[in-house]
Amino acid sequence: MLRKAWALAVVPLASIVLALLVGSILIIASSVITTGSIDLMLPIVAYESLFEGATGISFLTVDNGSVSFDFAIDGERAARNLTSTIAATSPLILTGLAVGVGFQAGLFNIGGTGQVLIGGFFAALAGAAVADLPVPIAVAVAVVAGGLGGALYGFIPGALKAFTGAHEVVSTIMLNSLAAFVIVGLVNDVFKIVGPSFARTADVGNAALPILFGRNGHLGILVALALVPITWFLLYKTTLGFEIRTTGANPSAARYAGMSPRRLIILTMSLCGLFAGLAGTLEILTLGYYPAVFGTTIGFAGITVALLGRSHPVGILFAALLLGAMRAGAPNMQIQAGVPVEIIDVIQGVILLFLAAEVVVRRLLRIKTAAPGAVAELDTVTKTYGGERAA
Amino acid sequence: MDFLFQLPLLGFVFQFFAYLIDAIATTNLAPQTLALATPIALGALCGVMNERSGVVNIGIEGMMLIAAFSGFMAALIVSEAMGPVEPAPIFGATPALVIGVIAAIVSGMTVSLLHAWLSVSVRANQIISGTVINIIAVGLTGYLNRLIKPTGSAGTFDSFDPPDWLVDLPVVGWLFNMFLSAGPITMSVIVFVVILQVLLFRSRWGLRTRAVGEHPRAADTVGINVFALRYRNVIIGGVFAGLAGAWLTLEYNSSFQNNMTANRGFIALAAVIFGRWTPIGAFGGALLFMFSEALGIAIRSNPPPGDLGVFLSGIQATYPSLYNNFFGALPYLLTLIVLAGVVGRSIPPAADGLPYEKERAT
Repeated sequence: MLRKAWALAVVPLASIVLALLVGSILIIASSVITTGSIDLMLPIVAYESLFEGATGISFLTVDNGSVSFDFAIDGERAARNLTSTIAATSPLILTGLAVGVGFQAGLFNIGGTGQVLIGGFFAALAGAAVADLPVPIAVAVAVVAGGLGGALYGFIPGALKAFTGAHEVVSTIMLNSLAAFVIVGLVNDVFKIVGPSFARTADVGNAALPILFGRNGHLGILVALALVPITWFLLYKTTLGFEIRTTGANPSAARYAGMSPRRLIILTMSLCGLFAGLAGTLEILTLGYYPAVFGTTIGFAGITVALLGRSHPVGILFAALLLGAMRAGAPNMQIQAGVPVEIIDVIQGVILLFLAAEVVVRRLLRIKTAAPGAVAELDTVTKTYGGERAA
Repeated sequence: MDFLFQLPLLGFVFQFFAYLIDAIATTNLAPQTLALATPIALGALCGVMNERSGVVNIGIEGMMLIAAFSGFMAALIVSEAMGPVEPAPIFGATPALVIGVIAAIVSGMTVSLLHAWLSVSVRANQIISGTVINIIAVGLTGYLNRLIKPTGSAGTFDSFDPPDWLVDLPVVGWLFNMFLSAGPITMSVIVFVVILQVLLFRSRWGLRTRAVGEHPRAADTVGINVFALRYRNVIIGGVFAGLAGAWLTLEYNSSFQNNMTANRGFIALAAVIFGRWTPIGAFGGALLFMFSEALGIAIRSNPPPGDLGVFLSGIQATYPSLYNNFFGALPYLLTLIVLAGVVGRSIPPAADGLPYEKERAT
C-alpha cells in the first residue's frame, strides 16, 4: 500500500522540486530586471516568505540584504495564515475533482472556469432570494442552486459530446467565454443593485457561509473535505464508479460490456460541473455577492491539481493543499521579497511540464519504481479528439 | 414587395439581409471580418500543420500569447533604442515592427519545439503537452508583464490603402476592399492558405505529411523519417502561431494585455475541424466564426434602418451591457453551434494524437 502510494507520488514530488529550481532561476532573473544586480539569495528569501505567508512559520530574517537563519513561530499569525491556506485549498479541491473525475472517464473538462462562474452566479442569485430565511435553510438553498448551476453547465458539453461528437476541449472553452460574457451583461443590466460603487448583485445575507473557526474558516471547507472520501467511494466502490473508470480506460470495452458510454459521458460531465459549480459557490458565498467582473483562476488551476494528484481524490487533496498554500502565501512573497505573485502560475506550469515529461524525469533522477498506469484515461482523451462518436 | 418588409420576423429577416448587402458595400464589414479572422486562420494553419502529421496541438493559444508578448517587447525595446523613425511608405513598417514580427515568429517556433519534443520524442500525452504550454504561457507572460511593466508602444502596422476606383467597382469592389484594405499579416494569411493548400495536396512533402498523419508505420516502412517530419511540421506550425501573436500586439492592438488571446487559439482548433483539416476549409471556418464579431461591430457603429434598427436600439437602450456582451459572445456561440453540427461528419487524420514508436516488442 505504502509502496504503491510512493510509486504514484515520487514523480509528482520530483516535479515539484525541479519546478521550484526552475522558478528560482526566474526569480534570480527578475532581480536583474528590478535591481540591476544578480541576487542569488532572492529565491531563498522569496520561497521563505511564500512559506511564511502560507503557514506563519518563518526561518529567515533579512536585515539590510544579509540573510540569517532564525526560526520563529508566531502562534496567532500561524493560525491565521494556516486558516487562509485551508480556505484557499477548499475550492481547489473541488475544481481538482471537477477535472480529475473527468480524467477518470477519459474526458478533459477544461470548462472549470465557466462552471465556476455559473455555479457562483446561481448561488449568488439564490442566496440573495433567500437572504432573510434562517441560516441553515438559506445556505442549503444557495449551495444546492450553485451546484445545480455548475452541473447544468457541465451537462451541456457532455450532451454535445455524447450526441454530436463535439470534443469537450473546444466546446468547454467556448462555454467558458460565453458564461463570462453573458454574466457580465446580466449583472450590469438586470441584477445590479443600487448603492455600491461597482456593479454587483444583492447581498446573500443569511446564505453567506458561516465562519466556523478563525477569520475565514468557513463551512465550505468541510463540504470540500467531505467530498474527497465521497468521491473516492463513488469511483472505487460503486458500480457507477467502475463504469466511469472502464469508459475512461477503454471505451470500446465498456461498450461491449453493456455499459452506455453516452450516458456515462453526460453523467460524468454533469458531475464535474457540479464540483466546479460548488467551488464557485464557495467563492461567492464567502464574498457575499457576485461582482460583474469576477476574475477567478480556480477553474484553470483545477487542471494542475488533477494532473498533479494523478486524478485520485487523495492525490487531489494534497495537490490542492500545495496550490492553496502557494496562493495564500504569494501576496506575502510579493510584499516581502518583491517577486510578483504570478511566479506561482509559472511554477505550476513547470510542475506540469515535468509531469508530462515523466519518462525524462525518471531517467534524470534514476527513479526505478514501476510507472503507474494512470495514463490510459488520458490517452482516451487524446484518441477521441477530433470527433469519435460515442455510440 | 414592400409589404414583406413590414411583416414581423419575416420583415426582420428581409431587413437584415438588406442591411448586410448594404454594409458589405458601404462599411468596412468585409475587411474587418478578414482582419479579425487572421489570428484564427493563422492558428488554424498551425493546427493543420500539426494534425496532418499526427500531432494534436491544443497549445496554439499559449504559443500565440507568448509570441504576442515577445513580439511586443522586442518591438518596444528596438523602438526605444532607435528613437523616432520615419515609417516605410507601405504598411507604415518600421524596423522595430519588423524585428517584433521576427521575434514573435522565433518565439512561436521555440515553444512549438517544446511541444514537438514532448509529443514526438518524449511521447508524452499531447493534450497534456498543449495544456502545459497554455498554462505556462499565461503564467510566464503575466509574470514578466508585471515585472517589466512595459510603458509606451512601438505602434502598429497600417492597413494598405487600395485605390478608390478599385474599391468602387460594382459587384466585386467589396472583395478588393476586403483583401487589400488590410495590414501585412492579414494579407499574408491569404498567401499562406493558398500555398499550404497546394503544397499539402500537390507536393511530395504534402503526400508524406498526410501519410505520416494517417499511417506512420506504413510511411516509416517506405523510408520516410516520421520523427523528423513531425518535428519539422510542428516547428513550421509555430511560425503561424507566432504570426498570429504578432497580429495581436503589432497589427491589431499596440499594447499587450494579460490573456489577450481570449481563447482565439481554441476557436482556431474548431476552425480546423470545421475545415476538415484543409487550409482553405479552416480559413473559411475562421471567416465564418469571426464574421459575427465584425457584424456586431458594424451594427453597433452603424445601426440598421427601419423596424429592425428600432428594435435593436430598443434593446440597446434597455440592456446596454447585455447588448454589447451578446455581440462579444457571438463568435464563441457560433463556434460552439457549428462545432456541434459539423464535427460528427468530419474525420480527423487516423494517427492524430498518437505518438509513434519506431520498434514494437511484438
